[in-house]
Amino acid sequence: MSPASVPDPMAPLTPSGNLRRRQLVSRVAEIAATAAAVLAVAALALVIYSVVIRGAKKISLDFIFTAAPTGVGPMLLGTLEIALIATLMAMPIGVLIALLLTEYSSARVARPLKLVLDLLNGLPSIILGLFVFALLVDHKQQSGFAGAVALAIIELPLIARGSQEVLQLVPGSLREASDALGVARWRSVLTVVLPTALGGIVTSTVLAVARAAGETAPLILASSNFDGKSFVLNPFEAMPNVPTWIYKLSEEGNSEGFNEAWGMSLLLVSFILLASLGARALLARSKRKLSS
Amino acid sequence: MSVAASTAVREAGHGHRVSPLRKRADQLGDRMLFGICVLAALIAAAAIVLVGYQIIHGASPAISKFGIGFVYETTWQPNFGEFGAGVLLFGTAVTSAFALLLGAPIAVAIGLFLTLLAPGHVRSVIGPLVELLAAIPSVILGFWGLLVLAPFVHEHIEPFLHGAFGFIPIFGDPQTTGLSFFTAGLILTLMVIPIIASISRDLFQSVPPELQDGAAALGATRWEVVRGIVLPTTSSGVIAASILGLGRALGEAIAVSQVIGAGFEIKNSLFETGNTLAAQIALQFPGALTELHKASLYYCGVMLLVIGIAANLLAQWIGRRFGYAGAVAR
Repeated sequence: MSPASVPDPMAPLTPSGNLRRRQLVSRVAEIAATAAAVLAVAALALVIYSVVIRGAKKISLDFIFTAAPTGVGPMLLGTLEIALIATLMAMPIGVLIALLLTEYSSARVARPLKLVLDLLNGLPSIILGLFVFALLVDHKQQSGFAGAVALAIIELPLIARGSQEVLQLVPGSLREASDALGVARWRSVLTVVLPTALGGIVTSTVLAVARAAGETAPLILASSNFDGKSFVLNPFEAMPNVPTWIYKLSEEGNSEGFNEAWGMSLLLVSFILLASLGARALLARSKRKLSS
Repeated sequence: MSVAASTAVREAGHGHRVSPLRKRADQLGDRMLFGICVLAALIAAAAIVLVGYQIIHGASPAISKFGIGFVYETTWQPNFGEFGAGVLLFGTAVTSAFALLLGAPIAVAIGLFLTLLAPGHVRSVIGPLVELLAAIPSVILGFWGLLVLAPFVHEHIEPFLHGAFGFIPIFGDPQTTGLSFFTAGLILTLMVIPIIASISRDLFQSVPPELQDGAAALGATRWEVVRGIVLPTTSSGVIAASILGLGRALGEAIAVSQVIGAGFEIKNSLFETGNTLAAQIALQFPGALTELHKASLYYCGVMLLVIGIAANLLAQWIGRRFGYAGAVAR
């Protein structure tokens, strides 16, 4: 009887040989995956840190409310107004498309419609800039409105997709209850389904606005007003706005301009991060409420 | 919710029988609401068609003058009316491929971390943070790249890579500034990571737990579960997600134009300046010299549009054809 065939009762319980190698590989993979996540979050933190550190010293009431050279009020106003007009165009269309998908949907309609939304979502924003330039600016003049049309196209698929997700969560029992009472379809859509989903629809819209507010490429072609000394309210003129202004300052390369650009970046980033974080939290809450 | 329902109840429960007039009105209302919804859908579809038409129409002078040769010709001289997008196409390919090769593995790793490793509360913090990376406007990312990342790349990363891997031509001599394919690629990497990561996370969550538990019960380590179960069942979806990320990288104009340095030659080192289709449009369109110059930039737009739509359709097709379509189509 050879001693090798008897398991050694004193052998340690820690893995050895092949198993040890496999566990090591697994451990390394786990560490790599964790490192990847840390890396991405660190990149976000680094960008935000740079913007806050360098932008904070420019922020003051004068910076926000007065015109150039002391402040950037006209640009903020322009961005606000362009985003508002874009949302007024995109929201009704987006919500109606979502209604079509959830309330009147048949696979024959839904598939091509989703394809259209995906294609719109995938369009590079510079292409939308060329588009509005050809359609509304060329041989005419730049306008905040042209920029708003481009931003509306960016917002549209986001609003439609977000609203559709919320509308799908409206309990079927509500629709059935409404049907059972003899309420016409359109009435139950307008008085039961939409009001129930309203919170979610609004927050999806806020998310879309946060995405559109920082878009630069379309506005360079549609509304690049580099005056900044006067407030422009008329959307059919070129309106100064935050993203194109940051872009211009970053191309110019003088340090005072860089400081101003950091200040504007801080304002824009804080708006976008607060809006998207807030909207996300609200959206998660209203989805939870709907599905419970 | 209950208030809305009770309003409807009150309105509907007026009479015992619905009057014919009311019935007519309801039929009309139903048709109208449906009609408006269809109209909205048609507007969206028309927008796509109109975008395509306007871009091609704008490009038509350049298309008829240069033909298909525009795509690979490498001269771009606005003063002499000679245009070719070869250099731009090269730059687009290099920067996007760079972003994808670096970004996709990191993003997939993040997706794995979020689904398999992170405990619940960590996941609910890290997940949204990664997605927030996508919310930072490209102009700010580009500005940060110009003033913070590019100098760092120039002072530290370029000399290091050149020193360690200088025998490979793509890691050539560091140039005078950090504006380069390399920096542009890094910025694009930051942009594609959140897209691919959030889709892959959703994909990985859809892998049946029984399969994973079964593998684990057979003695597979965590990595072997990933390697043998999670990745094979979701590989088509991950590829589709990567193609969507690629589409994002191809079309990014602003941030790239800020950090790529607007070079106009094909170079074999990543540390040289270059240019991309989208960035060229952003840089030159506002100050275009002639109608032909504009038309050539529209032609670049046509190329972007074709590549972008092809990538999008390909991603959808892969997602549908090879299963797990629901998770990818978003």
